[in-house]
Amino acid sequence: MGHHSSGKNYINEEPGLLSWFTSLDHKRIAILYFVSVMTFFLVGGIMALLLRLELFAPNTTANVGQVLKNGDVYNQVLTYHGAIMVFMVIIPGIPAILGNFFLPLQIGAKDVAFPRLNLASWYVLMLGATLAILTFFNSKIDTGWTFYTPYSIRTGSSVVMMVVAAFIMGMSSILTGLNFIVTVHKLRAPGMSMFRMPLFTWAIYSTAILQVLATPVLGITLLLLVMERTFGVGIFDPKLGGDPVLFQHFFWFYSHPAVYIMILPAMGVVSELITTYSKKTIFGYTAIAYSSIGIAAVSFFVWGHHMFVSGQSEVAGIIFSFLTMLVGVPTAIKMFNWLATLYKGSIQFSAPMLFALGFLFLFAIGGVTGIMLAVTAIDVHFHDTYFVVAHFHYVMVGGTLMAIMGGFFHWFPKMFGKMYNETTAIASWVFIFIGFNVTFFPQFILGAKGMPRRYFDYVLEYEQLNKISTMGSWLITIGFLIGLYTIIRGLTSGAKAPDNPWGAKTLEWQTSSPPIMHNFDHDPVVTAGPYEYK
Amino acid sequence: MAHHDSDAEHVTPLNVYLKIAGGLFALTFLTIIAHVFKQHYLGLAPYIAFAIAAAKAYLVMAYFMHLKYDTAGNRIIFATGFIGLALLFAICAIDIYTRVFQGSIL
Amino acid sequence: MSTSRLVNGVEVASHYRDEKHQYASNKEGIWLFMVTEILMFGGLFVGYILFHSLYPEMFAEGASFLDWKLGFINTLVLIFSSLTMALGIYFNQVGQPKKATWALAITILCGAIFMVIKYFEYTHKFHMGIFPGKFLDPAMMAEYGHTVQNSNLGLYFGFYFCMSGLHGLHVLIGMGLITWVMIKNIKGDFNPKYYTPIEGVGIFWHIVDLIWIFLFPLLYLVG
Repeated sequence: MGHHSSGKNYINEEPGLLSWFTSLDHKRIAILYFVSVMTFFLVGGIMALLLRLELFAPNTTANVGQVLKNGDVYNQVLTYHGAIMVFMVIIPGIPAILGNFFLPLQIGAKDVAFPRLNLASWYVLMLGATLAILTFFNSKIDTGWTFYTPYSIRTGSSVVMMVVAAFIMGMSSILTGLNFIVTVHKLRAPGMSMFRMPLFTWAIYSTAILQVLATPVLGITLLLLVMERTFGVGIFDPKLGGDPVLFQHFFWFYSHPAVYIMILPAMGVVSELITTYSKKTIFGYTAIAYSSIGIAAVSFFVWGHHMFVSGQSEVAGIIFSFLTMLVGVPTAIKMFNWLATLYKGSIQFSAPMLFALGFLFLFAIGGVTGIMLAVTAIDVHFHDTYFVVAHFHYVMVGGTLMAIMGGFFHWFPKMFGKMYNETTAIASWVFIFIGFNVTFFPQFILGAKGMPRRYFDYVLEYEQLNKISTMGSWLITIGFLIGLYTIIRGLTSGAKAPDNPWGAKTLEWQTSSPPIMHNFDHDPVVTAGPYEYK
Repeated sequence: MAHHDSDAEHVTPLNVYLKIAGGLFALTFLTIIAHVFKQHYLGLAPYIAFAIAAAKAYLVMAYFMHLKYDTAGNRIIFATGFIGLALLFAICAIDIYTRVFQGSIL
Repeated sequence: MSTSRLVNGVEVASHYRDEKHQYASNKEGIWLFMVTEILMFGGLFVGYILFHSLYPEMFAEGASFLDWKLGFINTLVLIFSSLTMALGIYFNQVGQPKKATWALAITILCGAIFMVIKYFEYTHKFHMGIFPGKFLDPAMMAEYGHTVQNSNLGLYFGFYFCMSGLHGLHVLIGMGLITWVMIKNIKGDFNPKYYTPIEGVGIFWHIVDLIWIFLFPLLYLVG
């Protein structure tokens, strides 16, 4: 249906490379984000490989363990890995790329509410990213991505620049979120009620609420840190009667919801994939939609579980411990609904589906270890060990990155009008999935045995597991390289994609592949829910 | 004449603006009067000052910012900011209160 | 997508149904942005209240260095500017753009008066050796006859300068924005059907006023 006869689409309608940098079209802006975020991912990934390489062997055995010059360099690489992956890859990742591209399409809109602001958000992110990367050539930061005071007040001269960069990237995140909220509220096609919206859109919408409500507090926290360093205002400095624990409160008031900014969109992607590749109406649509909002709401109440050993009061610790377990409820609702959707579905084990199933498996481990860590007594033991490192990588990489990959392959035909090679895509999944578990599962054991995180060296007894973990990181690398190859091959020599290769039901599949500039030939009118398979 | 639709674009009459401004000036003077005589009710002084400030804030939000005539959606949106703040304050206060004033540190 | 067309005499972007649809969307965007302003400033208020409860004597000492009369005058100036800002919108709504321009100009002037008073407050403090945090100079203050009672007095002025400074920055940004809409207004860009930018800038300016309404008792009165 809906074929545009002239052969014009959003890719070829405006000629020239420069037109991409001034285009207000949400799909083109999504591609801008795609290219830049993938570049950041490459940089952050290389940092991760360096870290793992350093930890391949303890430094005591021989020079073989000494990849990075010394502990200082290790701390810096660690900081940049964290900061780049959090602020420049995972937070903008799904919302700014897939969200930008598909949210308007899924609700039958011609664009986001504020196209100019949308383009501005990308430039703002680029400005922040440039500043962040410039610090690397100035004096490198070794605070970790959390910038905890009082250490961040005293170390490295370019903390201010890095913090300003994070502030600017936060602004970009706010503007994107604001744009999406208004788009969802105001630009839905006729008949597209809130409860007819695809679950991916619901997830991006919930994420947008978090972006708008949580990020400003990060903004003021970072501004105060800048003030602290330049004018010594003393609010977070114990020397002047300030309270470094308050910094952590303020920081995690944002950064815990930020964790859900990272995972909620991934859950949205998985909802789409599971229903599409089971050819079955999603089970519990309303429950999944509400649980996205539920997770967003609960996320504001649980930040203190990052601070069980920070010196916050026991009472606060106990309250946070209880509240944290609440997160398990809406999350489990989603999990069980996905499983119920699979039940008796016509499951098709294509690459996107494998990534979605991988997500279920890895996210379950990440989630359940999260509940373990919510128990104060256990956390006091596991805090700052590799157990925590493994836990959040299972959620962020095992969860979010798996979903990003699955989402890319799922929507690749729609975005570029070409098909990708299924075999190499599945090969990519095999390496990433296995490599991921080889890398991070040993870290649970290392953490349980007491290996602390953020150190560039360790005692001999941890050597075997660390070797396995490092080798796993090579498998992941191979997996991503195959994935990159698949994408490039698909772009250059993929077969022409039909409008709806997967037989999906949501609106973005009703327009041409790739979509035309204004998304739809005729403004769509919606008469049914998003997943009416059978 | 040009205003046929009353739902979206409500025009507040000029004299309402002037009255509101008058009220705000009066409340500001009241704040100062309360401040000058604060020796008489020391413990209450901050509460009085903030009650007056809250009244002023209401006038500004309701009339100058037109929230009174805006959509319920926009009122809810604006309110979420204050709810978020209340939450930030409440939980930080629980920590500070039990940690510093009751001396309970993990 | 950048195409737009005229609907009922208003330029409407092609992804909106009509001018009312566009207006409602813009308005919601403006309010969402204001929420972020409230939350950002609110973080400072939360910090202030918490530390005030920790060190009440120190905060009382700090507040004693402020002259409430200046804060009072500035409050009146800002309230008056809020009125003229609201009138800037009102006169456009009733089709009197010339009067609106005057109202906006007076608003900018009030912002300038506010900043001048702020400038004198700041320089007076610097002159006495009152700086934020660790830069507070008790020796210099002693020369002016003030013996510092609480060793962490700098913390109060850390808050004072951060809060009033960030507020002052918003006043400057607001003045810039008002200048922008005033120029647009002089050019005749607005009419009774379309004045969204003035309304957005107005809401921003009222937020600046709103924050000051609370800053004034917090910094100057509640010692």
